[in-house]
Amino acid sequence: MSATVSFTLNGVSVSAQVENRTLLVDLIRDQLGQTGTHVGCDTSQCGACVIHVNGRSVKSCTMLAVQAAGTSVLTIEGVAPEEGPLLPLQSAFRRHHGLQCGFCTPGMIMSALDLIDQNSDPSDAEIRTWLEGNLCRCTGYDGIVKAVRAGAEAMRSDP
Amino acid sequence: MYNFEFHRPTSVEEARQILADNEEAKLIAGGMTLLPTMKMRLASPTDLVDLSHIESLYGLRDAGECIEIAAMVTHAEVASSDLVKNEIPALADLANQIGDAQVRNRGTIGGSLANSDPAADYPAAVLGLNAEIMTDRRQIAADEFFVSLFETALEPDEIIQSVRFRKPVRAAYAKFPNPASRYAVVGVMISELGGSIRVAITGAGPCAFRSAMLETALSEDFSPDALDGLTVDAENFNEDLFASAEYRAHLVIAMAKRAVVEMVA
Repeated sequence: MSATVSFTLNGVSVSAQVENRTLLVDLIRDQLGQTGTHVGCDTSQCGACVIHVNGRSVKSCTMLAVQAAGTSVLTIEGVAPEEGPLLPLQSAFRRHHGLQCGFCTPGMIMSALDLIDQNSDPSDAEIRTWLEGNLCRCTGYDGIVKAVRAGAEAMRSDP
Repeated sequence: MYNFEFHRPTSVEEARQILADNEEAKLIAGGMTLLPTMKMRLASPTDLVDLSHIESLYGLRDAGECIEIAAMVTHAEVASSDLVKNEIPALADLANQIGDAQVRNRGTIGGSLANSDPAADYPAAVLGLNAEIMTDRRQIAADEFFVSLFETALEPDEIIQSVRFRKPVRAAYAKFPNPASRYAVVGVMISELGGSIRVAITGAGPCAFRSAMLETALSEDFSPDALDGLTVDAENFNEDLFASAEYRAHLVIAMAKRAVVEMVA
C-alpha cells in the first residue's frame, strides 16, 4: 500500500516513497522539507495549503501524493528566486498590509496568481469572489484585495 | 484516513475489472468529496480506482442538439468553455458557482453526479435541462437518475462516461449559497426546452427534483408574477443549522422568481 511518486517540484525533479494515503501537502512539507505551504484546517476550507498543479491552483490537503505523479507542482518557494527580488504580487502584500500573522499568505499568493493568470485586471468583486476559498483571520481582507489589485497591476506592466 | 490500494487504469474496461475484483473499491475522480469523507472515516474503501488516466473521460464537444461533457471535465473547464458559454450560458454560470476556485479546478461533473449530494449544483442542471447520463452500459434519463439521498440509478460498478445536455431556448440558474461553504441551500434551474418549461430544484430535498406545480404555473404565464402566492410543501425537506425546511420552501419560490426574472430580461 505504498508507492514511489515522481513529479516536478518548483522546476526540480523529485521522487519519494509514500503511503497511498499520504496527502500531497504532507509529502511536500514533511518529506520534501518545503514548509512554505501551510496546513490550516485540513478540511479544504481555509486555503492555507493552496499550490499549483499543472498550472492551476488546488488545495494540497485534499489531493493524494499519488495523484500528483507525473505532474508539475509549484509552491510558494518556487514563485521567485531565493536570492532575487520578490514577485511584484508578494511585494504588494507587504506594501498594502495584505498580511499580519502571515499564516494564510502562501495560500493567498498561490490562489491570487492563478486568478491573475486568467484575468490580468480583476475587479475588487472578482478578487473577493475568487478568494472565497482562502481564509484570513487577521486583516479583514481589505488589505489583501488591495494587494492583489496592485500586484496584478505591477505584473501587467512588468510581466 | 485508513490506507488503501491505489489503481491507475487507462481504460474504462480496466477500471470496471478492478471494481469487479474488489468489492470495497471506490472510483475517485477529483476527490473533492471522497477524500474529506475518507479523512473523517465515513468511508474506508480498500481500493481507490483513479479515473484521471482514462483519456476517453475528457473533453467537451458540440453534438448538434446537445453538448456532450465527459465525466472527468472539471467545473472550471465547464465554466470557462466558450462552447458552453455560447450554447448553454446558464450551465457555465452554474459551474462557476460551485464551491471555490480550487474545488472547481479539481472537482468533476461525473464525480458530482455519481455522489448526488443533496446540496450539489449539477443535479439541478441535469434535471432542469433534461440531460442524459451516458454510462459504460446504457444511457439514463435525468428523470430516472436521482433516487434519494446520495443515491442514484447507477449500479455499484457502473461508470459515468459523459453527460449530454440539450441546448435550451433559454435557461437560468438561481442559487442561495451557504455563505461559508457555498453549497446550495436552495438552487433552482429553469429552462424552456422544446416548447416546455422545466423547473428543477436542488438543496431543498434529499435529492434534486422537479416541481410540477411551478412548471404548470410558468407554462401558463412565464413571468415572475405567476409565482406569487404559490407555496411548495416543506414535508421531507432538508433542515440544518442554517435553514429550516420552511425557509427552504420559501427559498424555492424566491430563487425560481430570480431565475425567471433573468430569463425574461
